[in-house]
Parts: sequence; structure tokens; C-alpha cells
Amino acid sequence: MRASHPALAPALLRIADDRLILGHRTSEWCGHAPILEEDIALANIALDLIGQATLVLQHAGAVERAGRNEDALAFFRDATDFRNALLCELPRGDFGVTIVRHFFHGLYSVLQWDALARSTDQTLAGIAAKALKESRYHVRHAGEWVIRLGDGTEESHRRAQEAVDALWPYTGELFMQPADEADLVAAGTTADVSLLAGPWRAQVDDVLRRATLRAPSDPWMQRGGRDGRHTEHLGHLLAEMQIVARSHPGAQW
Amino acid sequence: MTTMPPVADDSARIAAFEARIAADESIEPKDWMPERYRAQLIRMMSQHAHSEVVGMLPEGNWITRAPSLRRKMILLAKVQDEGGHGLYIYCGTETLGVDRQDLVQQLLDGKAKYSSIFNYPTLSWADMGAIGWLVDGAAIVNQTMLAKASYGPYARAMVRICKEENFHKKQGYEIMATLARGTPAQKAMAQESLNRWWWPSLMMFGPHDKDSSNSDELMRWGIKRKSNDELRQRFINLTVAQVKAIDLTVPDPDLKYNEATGNWETGPIDWDEFWRVVKGNGPCNGERIDARRRAHAEGRWVRDAAVAFAEKQQRDNRETTERQQTWTRLGDGATA
Repeated sequence: MRASHPALAPALLRIADDRLILGHRTSEWCGHAPILEEDIALANIALDLIGQATLVLQHAGAVERAGRNEDALAFFRDATDFRNALLCELPRGDFGVTIVRHFFHGLYSVLQWDALARSTDQTLAGIAAKALKESRYHVRHAGEWVIRLGDGTEESHRRAQEAVDALWPYTGELFMQPADEADLVAAGTTADVSLLAGPWRAQVDDVLRRATLRAPSDPWMQRGGRDGRHTEHLGHLLAEMQIVARSHPGAQW
Repeated sequence: MTTMPPVADDSARIAAFEARIAADESIEPKDWMPERYRAQLIRMMSQHAHSEVVGMLPEGNWITRAPSLRRKMILLAKVQDEGGHGLYIYCGTETLGVDRQDLVQQLLDGKAKYSSIFNYPTLSWADMGAIGWLVDGAAIVNQTMLAKASYGPYARAMVRICKEENFHKKQGYEIMATLARGTPAQKAMAQESLNRWWWPSLMMFGPHDKDSSNSDELMRWGIKRKSNDELRQRFINLTVAQVKAIDLTVPDPDLKYNEATGNWETGPIDWDEFWRVVKGNGPCNGERIDARRRAHAEGRWVRDAAVAFAEKQQRDNRETTERQQTWTRLGDGATA
């Protein structure tokens, strides 16, 4: 096999880690959702996201050629080696935070998978085509809820708006194109995420309007996750996620 | 619960009903049935649904710590299945003229029972194996029998649920087998877990036949087809062989094989523990109900919002159509 571009494995980790960490956060809901139907829906979304992460991590491990499989990458990397956007690692919050985050990230995912489905990397294109179908369902589920919560009761409107306000500063990072991916974008391997910002914003505005919610006007955005500089929350998440695997190094499960 | 004479129902109808049961006919929601039959079914089916929902908690406790991505996905899928079973059986119970919300409220008020096995804590990863293998295994033995129950909607739910439970049992046993042939620490984890779950799983079949207050009536009406002790014995015989196959030890010094009957005979079951846990004093009774109550209370604003929004929607159908078009357009032309 021909050596891959050195930026490909890190680029794949950015894609995979978003889904792994957001999937993990979503799985925290299992058994605690507002209604049984949402327990099932959120578990299903978590399952899809972790499934997507697994496939991309497998690919990253193969591309990297350092003998790490998907589990080594998930359970034996430290927080500073994770490349997910900060948005994905924030605590699960209330149902409003969970839903608004799924809406923001799900919409980004639909746009990103749609672009990646045309990747010149056939493996990545195949994963993206499958993931795109799942993400369309996720964003539909979350979007319906954003409208219901925003345009529901006074309390749900307040909580939904608070979630939008709290999460908004973490959305900008999704569209900051990492400098080291320039060759990959030129070769059609990965997508230039900065081009997704326009369509994303248009559709977010459309749904927020229907939900009687508004996007904050402060343009300042958090960043750092794509370079391994995370919030304090990721370390705790990983401590829990990795505890069993790391307590038994080399064990099979 | 005491048995009340069916005074309100006329005796000819009861005789006809019991003749249908005797002829192995399926009773359907619109058919006439004695009120007592209906009450027993509501009790059993809602307990079953509650058990599925409360049963999500002990396993949900390990989803975030599953040691591999494959195990994490299997466990998530399994717990999701339990939620689906709960929903399915609640819907089945509604065919008897009760409302799911009322049943859930009974659970939250501590008035309804659920399987006591879920009042035990999950303390190691091996417990995910033990629960799938033993708890789902015991449930399958019970539910295979219930798949022949006289009430059609319950029997059909059991057929479908048993298929998924078989997958749950298989993954649980596979976890245990993998641990048992793993590192010494993994094998010790598996044995320790088996030690804790063995006796409670035998208790899942309920008290001995002579001490089971509901059994006679349930058997007469074809809701149950086999006694608690028969089902328990079947489970023991199946499981002892499986324990031996993965080189673990049944935590019962009195266990012995009876050549004459072909049965494995266990030492005495600690029924004091069983009744203690049933009556509310198990290790996690309080925590399980608290977790359900908290989820319900914290979700109230969400449910209220859904109701309020649905009412607004009925007033304005146009908005719905417009929104549907938004979802179908999603992602189109994004990168064009």
C-alpha cells in the first residue's frame, strides 16, 4: 500500500472523534430521557454515531500504519490527542441542550457527509454515504424537537433559547478549516468545512425562526478542539470511557 | 392479592370463556373476558413492561465504561431493545383498556412491582455478561412459556421479544466466555459476578409453587402454562452445563446431579432475601425508583412542550407541511 498523505490520519481523527465523543455523551441519556420514546431515539442516535466513529477510526488506524486499531485509538489516547470539536464534549446538560447540540452538529454532519460521499478516498466515501442517511434522520429528529421546544411553552422556550445561547460560541469551530488539510482538500479527499458555514447558517436560521428562537449576535467563537486543546470536560469523559480498557492493558473483550 | 369471586360476570359467559381457553383459542382485545382475567393480565403485563424500563438502569450504568467500541455498541443496542420491549408491552397492556400514563404513575408511586433482579447493583463489567446470560436467560425460559399465553396480544409480544432476548443472552454469555478465557483478573471478574447473580437469577422464577398466590388462577386461564418450579428447574439444567463449558464454578456447594430425574438439584434458595428485596429492601430499590422519578420530573417540561406544540399545530396545519419540505431539502446543494 502506498504511504498516505501525513495529514490524512489526523483529518480522519477529526471526523471520527466528533462522532465518538458526541455519541458517548448521548449514550449518557440511556434510561433517563423525558419519555420512553426518547430513550429509544437517543440510544439509536448514540449507536449510529459510535458506529460511524468506529468505521472512521478503523480507516484512520489503517492509514496511520502504526498498529493501532479502532479500540487503541478510542481507549488509549489521552485528551490532548483527541481532535473533536469542543461542542461535542460539553456536558449533556438538560434535554434542551442535548437537542440543540444535536441539531447544530447534525446539520453540520449532513453537510460534511454529503461532501465526503464524493471523496476520492473510496473508503471514506463509502462510510460517508451510509452515515449521511443516518445523520439526515438525526437532524430531522433534533430539528423537530427544536421547533417543539422553542414554540412549546414559556419554560421550554426559555430553556431552548438558553441552550442556543450557551452552545452558539462552540459552533464556529466546526467551520474552521485546519491548515494542514489543504493538500487533502485540493486532492478531493476531504471537504473544505469553511464552505459549509453558509448553507448551515441558512438552515439554522430557518429552523430557529420557526421555533421562535434567535441566534446570538456576538460573533466571538471558541476554538481548540481540532488541535487537541480541549475544555476541562473531556478529561473526565475519557476517564470514565477508558477506565476498564486501561485497567486491563492487552486484554480481549 | 386475594382472589375475588367473579360476581359481576354471568356464569354462562364464564363457562363459554373457559371452554375457549380449554380449546387453546386465543383471546383477543374485543372478546368478552372475566374482569378478574383482565385484572391479572394488566398486573402481569404492566409488571413486565416496568421491568423492561427499570431494567435499562443497571446495564445503562456500564454503557459509558464498556471496554471496546463493539461492546459499547452491543450494550447500547441491547438497552435500547429493553426500552422498545417496554414500549411494546405498555401498548399491549393498553389493549385491555388501561392508559400507559396511569401504569407509569403506579410505578413512580411505588404501587407497581417490577422484577426484583433489577434491585441488585452492577459492580463490574462482567455483570454485563452475567445479566445477559442469566437474567435474560431466565426471562427467555419464562417468556417462551408466555408466548403460548391465552391472551393474543401478550403471546404475540412474547414471540417477538423472545427473538431479541435470545440475542441478548448470546452476547451476555459471549462476554462471560471471553472473560473466563482471558487474563487471570478477567476470569476472577467473571467468577465474582457469577457468584453474585446466580441466586438472584434463580429467584426470578418466583416463590416455590406451594407459596405462589397467583399461580393457580393464572394456570387455569392459560396465562401461565408451567409452574415456577418447573421453569426454574429447566433454567438450572440449561445453565449448569453452560457454566461448566466456560470453566467457571456454580456458587453452590450443595449442587448435585440426580441421575433418576436428570435434574441438577441446588441447595436451598434464601427466600428471606427474596421477600426482603420484593418488599423494598434490596440494595438498589430506592435508587431505581429515584432514577425513574427524577427522569420523569426532569422531563415534565419537555412533555408539556410537546403537548402545547401539538395543540398549536392542530390550529395551523400549513406550518407542518412547510416544515416537512425543509427536512426533505436538507443538505441538498450544500457543496454544489
